[in-house]
Amino acid sequence: MKRCLIYFSLGFVLLSCSTDDGKVDGYTATPLELQIPQIFEDRILPPVIPADNPQTVEGVALGRKLFFDKRLSADNTLACAGCHSPANAFSDARQFSVGIDGIEGTRNSMPLFNLAWNYNELFFWDGRANSIENQALEPVVDPIEMHNTWSEAANSLQSDSEYPELFQQAFGTSTIDSVLVTKAIAQFLRTLISANSKFDRYLMGTAELSPEEQNGLNVFMDENRGDCFHCHGNPNNPLWTDNIFHNNGLDESFSDRGRGAVTGDPREFGQFKSPSLRNLEFTAPYMHDGRFETIEEVIDHYSEGLVYSETIDPLMKKVAEGGVGLSEQDKADLKAFLLTLSDPSFVNNPDFQDPNQ
Amino acid sequence: MKKIALLLAVATAVVACKNDDNGTPIPADTSVDFTFSHNWDGDEIENSDFDVIQYTNANGEELSISKLVYLISDVTFESVTTGEVYDAGDYNLVNVRQGTNLNFTPDIEIPEGEYLVSFTFGFDDEDNIDGAYLDLNSADGGWNVPMMLGGGYHYMRLEGKFIDNTSTETNYAYHTIRAADPSTTPVTLQDTSFEVDLGQIAIGSGTNIEVKMNLAQWFEDPNLWDLNVLNQMLMPNFDAQILMHQNGSTYQNSEGVFSLGAVTQ
Repeated sequence: MKRCLIYFSLGFVLLSCSTDDGKVDGYTATPLELQIPQIFEDRILPPVIPADNPQTVEGVALGRKLFFDKRLSADNTLACAGCHSPANAFSDARQFSVGIDGIEGTRNSMPLFNLAWNYNELFFWDGRANSIENQALEPVVDPIEMHNTWSEAANSLQSDSEYPELFQQAFGTSTIDSVLVTKAIAQFLRTLISANSKFDRYLMGTAELSPEEQNGLNVFMDENRGDCFHCHGNPNNPLWTDNIFHNNGLDESFSDRGRGAVTGDPREFGQFKSPSLRNLEFTAPYMHDGRFETIEEVIDHYSEGLVYSETIDPLMKKVAEGGVGLSEQDKADLKAFLLTLSDPSFVNNPDFQDPNQ
Repeated sequence: MKKIALLLAVATAVVACKNDDNGTPIPADTSVDFTFSHNWDGDEIENSDFDVIQYTNANGEELSISKLVYLISDVTFESVTTGEVYDAGDYNLVNVRQGTNLNFTPDIEIPEGEYLVSFTFGFDDEDNIDGAYLDLNSADGGWNVPMMLGGGYHYMRLEGKFIDNTSTETNYAYHTIRAADPSTTPVTLQDTSFEVDLGQIAIGSGTNIEVKMNLAQWFEDPNLWDLNVLNQMLMPNFDAQILMHQNGSTYQNSEGVFSLGAVTQ
């Protein structure tokens, strides 16, 4: 009987603090269900959406407006989109983005899509942020990015004629702070879903691969050749990343310790998160430091350019020989396959463009 | 509203099936907890042991362990008294370095008593269905095996470095899967999962069974493993998969990597 009492008690607790229309503490925003692509629905686990920041129509719209708003920076010249451009799958075509003081960063801007399927919830190249909300906190106050303070940023928005009402609609309060700003941005970022590439359509049975693309897929999946799939997903995991940290044999020593700088663990020096291979066509340059300008250079790295270091990932093959030594045909076909992961409908999606123009 | 309806339905079901006031005897069913521990010839492997070249295999190569993730399935309880077999049919992906799923409770309750307990290392062919398990598709970047090797799922990813015969630190990736020969059409497949027999165990309320894995055994017996020869690209190597299967299991009365540890009640 004890169990029954517990269930009934739980039921009454839920009834008293939450209803099915999303009303919390007397406030109602309009719930917005994340549109999960069929190809994800059929293959991988559901997206991660924090209980304290559910998706809402008003929250997403507000987040989108904020993402493109330069007033988050100290001198009103730089928005999030300044380094995360929709045309570049929300990355930056420059090797290093430039902050409001003209100072370059030290890492290439990461593309932003399918973030809600990062089950580890570790964001940035080094995984130092443990949620999208926390990730969004940093650029505003980073001295070489937006170089602002959160109180200044919040004040700027508070004094605007529109924002207080938009926060009221999204969160039930017109008092703006960093928590609500980043919650709204995170809601928008979770809507950035890319799942309509040629390869997605191939998996859904509505497109065909050319012989070159098919061979490229085989190179990708063949442990004797590319063996890309151990870190970059496979047709059953169409995120095309493991969201895990690896040292992929770029350098003998590290000027940037990556994940190891966050954890302090020497075993993780030189490790960086595997980026998704989706939309490579739009996200050059490549690697955490943007050292490679072309996909060909990336393939050459894994084929001939591997460099040993103490923390190099065990999945890197034939390191003493520089790599697996792909044939020129396999390299070309691998690139052809990788380009089938491009999703132009994502970069051109009108819902993801600047609403302030 | 859905949540409330669900809770009420569950509560009603609980009332309907567990009435302790009418005098009907209630079978003493219990779940069983498993704990997985890992050692190298008896030395416990902890997180701090990863990525340190400190082990020597039977062939004399010094090596480290960077990663150890493996799949077990079909934990089975066969009653010694009635012969009845209980099989939850679920699975558990153990990630030793991350320390996840080191404890596992199969989704089944069984009457207390004496049982022969066993499980499967990996997936047998019946369960090894390509893409069928969304959590495994999502784990570790995809726990899948390429279709050119018959699809399905990895059994284990054991990775690290060893000192090769030129004194060079060299990577190894000891990945076990269903043996596949992609040089034939269609690809030749052989189920290389194996059953691990833990013997007879008394199951009572709150029983915890420790399962021990001795990693040294993967390299030892009956096949002395030379990492200089077999270190990477082992997935498409049918013969290597057979050898790994034999070393992991109790093939030809070899020790096998798994053994029963402490049983606590």
